[in-house]
Amino acid sequence: MATLELSGVEKSFGATPVLHGIDLRVAEGEMIVVVGASGCGKSTLLRIVAGLEEPTAGRVRIGGRDVTALEPADRDVAMVFQNYALYPHMTVERNMAYGLRIRGLPKAEIARRVGEAAELLGIGALLGRRPRQLSGGQRQRVAMGRAIVREPALFLFDEPLSNLDARLRVQMRAEIRRLQRRLGVTSLFVTHDQTEAMTLGDRLVVMHAGHAAQVATPMEIWARPANTFVAGFIGSPSMNLLEAQLAEEGRAALLRAGPSLRFADGARPGPAGRRLLVGVRPEHLRPVAEGEGGAPLDVSLELAEPLGSESVLHGRLASGEAVTARVPGLVAGVEGALRLSIQASEAHVFDAETGARLDAVG
Amino acid sequence: MQRRVIFNGTALPLLLLAPQLAVTAVFFLWPAGVAVYQSVLQQDAWGLRTEFVGLRNFAEVFADPDWRAAAWNTALFSAAVAGLAMGAALVLAVQADKSIRGARAYRTLLIWPYAVAPAVAAVLWLFLFHPSIGLIGRALNANGIPWDTRLNGGQAMALVVLAAAWKQVSYNFIFFLAGLQAIPKSVLEAAAIDGARPVRRFWTVVFPLLSPTTFFLLVVNLVYAFFDTFGTIHALTGGGPGKATETLIYKAYVEGVQNTNLGSSAAQSVILMVIVVALTMVQFRFVERRVHY
Repeated sequence: MATLELSGVEKSFGATPVLHGIDLRVAEGEMIVVVGASGCGKSTLLRIVAGLEEPTAGRVRIGGRDVTALEPADRDVAMVFQNYALYPHMTVERNMAYGLRIRGLPKAEIARRVGEAAELLGIGALLGRRPRQLSGGQRQRVAMGRAIVREPALFLFDEPLSNLDARLRVQMRAEIRRLQRRLGVTSLFVTHDQTEAMTLGDRLVVMHAGHAAQVATPMEIWARPANTFVAGFIGSPSMNLLEAQLAEEGRAALLRAGPSLRFADGARPGPAGRRLLVGVRPEHLRPVAEGEGGAPLDVSLELAEPLGSESVLHGRLASGEAVTARVPGLVAGVEGALRLSIQASEAHVFDAETGARLDAVG
Repeated sequence: MQRRVIFNGTALPLLLLAPQLAVTAVFFLWPAGVAVYQSVLQQDAWGLRTEFVGLRNFAEVFADPDWRAAAWNTALFSAAVAGLAMGAALVLAVQADKSIRGARAYRTLLIWPYAVAPAVAAVLWLFLFHPSIGLIGRALNANGIPWDTRLNGGQAMALVVLAAAWKQVSYNFIFFLAGLQAIPKSVLEAAAIDGARPVRRFWTVVFPLLSPTTFFLLVVNLVYAFFDTFGTIHALTGGGPGKATETLIYKAYVEGVQNTNLGSSAAQSVILMVIVVALTMVQFRFVERRVHY
């Protein structure tokens, strides 16, 4: 158990920069999920922490010790790989014991640790088998076991669930979370799956093009995305981003689609006419009920996707912008006009130029 | 997945197989048949009289101290060639697997020796190690190491081993490199994170995962050393000095072509054939049962 601290970590492959200065402090026992689209640099970041890649600049500290120049072997970390990376020629038991044997632990101690981990993961009956005789879920458990027996300072997970089928993934996700809580080991978990990120992480690092777009708890990322990238990346279907201009001395946004939305929490800085993007989550666009406040939006409906308990509606505004709404119940008609409303308290305001979130001043 | 093509009748399939069957018949079945037939006959020196002698040729071969010496030479020679060729190839393949810049050129250069004809390769080595005109041979003598492969049997053996192994390194290199590249990188990374240093990683992970390749190459190299090194030995030492570098295949040639003792030569050929059939069977059984990781 230890803390992890990254300061100004940069990485370039040749002339191509992949990471542009990542800063991160992970507290003892914390589970941090690094989430982002493929190619955003999240796996590179994990490999730098593991010592499999060397950073171009910046420092990595584990438990206060600078490990930037150390080999993976000397960092006291354990990693679970996407393809599990089990040793094909060794039995499950040997796979789990490999790291301990190299460190020259006494036989009895190795047997005890392997036995305990096997018990914990429910793979006690598989100890004599080879990896190729195991199913995907079982291999996953063995890979976890190999990490657990090491009792490392840090767990690293490199998309460990993406090779499993959907049902198993949900099950293993919960299991990893339970194990991590129980063992209390500081963990870094890389994934491209936002559901995994939201459910597993104490905090998330949302990566975008080599930058950490936002580092915060899942709920904060959901409630207050720091920029349009995070706003669009987290949440399914994606948040609607509607073009608007600042109006009424910063107290309202005039949507290009027509209506004006008066901010619930105060004025935004900037001159009148400043270009904005107003973000509204699909579930926050509701059919207008009588006597309700909020800005009304006229939507011409193009497609309705019934999902059972709710429906996803795809339509277009008067301005030609596409919108998505998630409404409860089944919507039968496929075409037609519909009026939806935005509640000011549920709208997110971003600067259209930089994409950064604009909060109320004062 | 197997794709089966169904033919109507037997004429077309036979026609398609004919070239391969013809080659096998002319170059293997017929000579092998003649060898087996000859091995139970004895001829006088002028080939005028031939009589059936049963297995007497074999009994004489096994009792012949020269043949036993050749068998011992062959064992020594094969083990040395296989060991040297495989060891060198493995070292080179590990280096090639690591290198990034110039990897292509490096690999191409390593594959070249395989394309050199055995006799040409032998002449090359002969010139290098010739005691009076060879670059290395002269250097050895100049530095107080008496070197003459025409006089010293041990040195002659070392030279043929070196030349024969050199030619086989390329072949082994290609297989080892392919084997190394088939090992998933993440497995090696997992071992690195588990704390294994490069040398330990090699012996506990890489080498065991290469074992199917290693076994395959061992059989191929033994077959090569037994049967395909005739040209190299013939050009380099001609089996000498004395009979120091006379292997079984070379002795069969000397017995039949130089001494015109066809019965004995045929018996020796049949023994060699049994050995190669045995090695091939081991190979086939292994390939069928091959463990795929």
